[in-house]
Amino acid sequence: MNFDLSEEQRLLQESLRRLLADRYGFTQRNAAMAAPEGWSRKIWRSYAELGLLGLPFEEADGGFGGGPVEAMLVAEALGEALTLEPWFTTVVLGGGFLRHGASEAQRRALVPQIAAGEALVAFAQMETQSRYSLSDVATEARRDGDGWVLEGRKRVVLHGDTADWVVVTARTSGARSDRAGIGVFLVPASAPGLLRQGYATVDGQRAAEVTLSGVRVGPDSVLGDPAEGLPLVERVVDEAIAALAAEAVGCMSALHALTLEYLKTRHQFGRAIGQFQVLQHRASDMMVALEQARSMAMYATMMLDEPTPERRSAMSAVKVQIGRSAKLIGQHAVQMHGGIGIATEYAAGHYFKRLAAIDTLFGNVDHHLETLAAEVSAVA
Amino acid sequence: MQRYIFREELQQTPAPQPVGFGTNMVGPILIAFGTEAQKRRFLPRIRNIDDWWCQGFSEPGAGSDLASLKTRAVREGEHYVVNGQKTWTTYAQHADWIFCLVRTDPEAKQQEGISFLLIDMRTPGITVRPIITIDGGHEVNEVFFDDVRVPVENLVGEENRGWDCAKLLLGHERTGAARVGVSKERLRRLKYVASQVEEGGRRLIDSPRIREKIAGIEVELKALEMTVLRVLAASKRAGESRNADPASSILKLRGSEIAQSITELMMEVAGPYALPALADPEMDGTNEPGLMEDWARTIAPVYFNWRKLSIFGGTNEIQRQIMSKAFMGL
Repeated sequence: MNFDLSEEQRLLQESLRRLLADRYGFTQRNAAMAAPEGWSRKIWRSYAELGLLGLPFEEADGGFGGGPVEAMLVAEALGEALTLEPWFTTVVLGGGFLRHGASEAQRRALVPQIAAGEALVAFAQMETQSRYSLSDVATEARRDGDGWVLEGRKRVVLHGDTADWVVVTARTSGARSDRAGIGVFLVPASAPGLLRQGYATVDGQRAAEVTLSGVRVGPDSVLGDPAEGLPLVERVVDEAIAALAAEAVGCMSALHALTLEYLKTRHQFGRAIGQFQVLQHRASDMMVALEQARSMAMYATMMLDEPTPERRSAMSAVKVQIGRSAKLIGQHAVQMHGGIGIATEYAAGHYFKRLAAIDTLFGNVDHHLETLAAEVSAVA
Repeated sequence: MQRYIFREELQQTPAPQPVGFGTNMVGPILIAFGTEAQKRRFLPRIRNIDDWWCQGFSEPGAGSDLASLKTRAVREGEHYVVNGQKTWTTYAQHADWIFCLVRTDPEAKQQEGISFLLIDMRTPGITVRPIITIDGGHEVNEVFFDDVRVPVENLVGEENRGWDCAKLLLGHERTGAARVGVSKERLRRLKYVASQVEEGGRRLIDSPRIREKIAGIEVELKALEMTVLRVLAASKRAGESRNADPASSILKLRGSEIAQSITELMMEVAGPYALPALADPEMDGTNEPGLMEDWARTIAPVYFNWRKLSIFGGTNEIQRQIMSKAFMGL
């Protein structure tokens, strides 16, 4: 197996890391968080210039033809700097639906805008009763002439407050938890009847509650097959898990580095606290957890194009390892920092919070373990 | 035992508890080391919660290594002049008084040059700066002392013997550190939340996986409660001892770990519904219906905030160190 990066991939990684080192220090991040939108439009334009926003799209559609490895490198670097911009929601989630579900006309219309930083996309999937079930969809899509009318409420829509487009899952037929009968719709956020209530999330990012009351959309808003949208959703969610895994690895490696720095510079009892064996061992456990997580983030990129059952199982395994590593690294980092680890003026606590939030997205450790446990079979 | 039952009941209700710095901390110190005048002056006001107290122990350079503290108190006539800084001072923004460990003899061995001083928070030269924690809360502060003049009558015990007070105080909060009542209440809360959240048409409280996890914590908590009761029974027989006791470390370790495990399971159960960081309408003084379910509001902030339980009052690493050295001869 070849784990080496190509020359182009290294260049992408280096130029993004350089941009973030120059422009996305902890103080600049906090300034962006305090701004009304909760992130920086200015750095978003720099992402566009660097090619991050058109990264995964086909060149024919106006993108740069990047694959899973490129996405992993970008997500990891964005995680290292604890960035707040809607790259994950617009490019990974929104982009995923466009790449796998959109017609050529839909892609031609939207991809150049996304790549240029002019259009933001959010994914409205979760509902009050659904929790992590992707097939549990109560939001309804009723036929209306050749178009549809959407009715329902979507919860915790990441970056839903600033999105220009919202990808909405809605039931076109069948009972609430049927796998069949789920449609995916690309809805302009400005559509009449679409209400968004935005708020900050506990990790300093943004989200919104989205209520759809008689929202009319045309036939051209459907992504893929309106009667069989679930495989499309699963495909995009798996790409999202791979990207979250890489972002988490970026967070974990930055937090581990921050902790090592603290162990070397904080003195108590007349020596650097890193000389105490109990802390040395714990730092080593963190490193093991980090490398295991990194391996799984790489594994995720390898499995994204595998057949559906293998791909789905692989992403469950990835999310379990990422969640476990993130918890261990986040909690150890805070503990070894002591009080400063939970002071808002210091970066460590913010990494800890982002890692905790990532575990709650698209299935936590327990959810994916349950999925994997169902696949364990007896051996004679 | 009565105090224990009283506190347990308050915690389980849950009802507001008297802030412990008075009744549980400086109060017992004054009873053990204070002059008659100090007892008459402070104890009735502590009992009545007329005075709010805070604790001036930790400093930026003296956390786990508390004895390395640097805040200086220099005797000038009938006053000590105090200069230095304390940190992680809980509720300093509300406190009327602070009990402080200060260095009175910089030449002596670390623990021998420390004194225990009571300082009126309204004394000129004291500045309080808030530290906001990652849950958004304001509990802790930095407290700066700039030529703060403290009457010598506010010295507790002998000069340079303040470490005796500190040791008694840190060992005293034994049964409280177990937080059994709080954890019982949080477990009940956890079951409530797990009864509200569903997935695949089934409440999480009906999931065998979640039930097993809850039962596991309940076993741990029952064992801790029995350990607390053993400690209480033993101290009744022996009278209040001034010696350190391994029990205080055991109760602090298990109490913090169990409480934290409940916050973790709460996060697991709430999942993505714990993400919104919504202002508390009660705090904001509005009665608008919330955007999210009320139960979702505090789960992540409490998970974040309660990481402090294994840090304050002597980190869990320090507790293990104390046990291995002082009680097992390692």
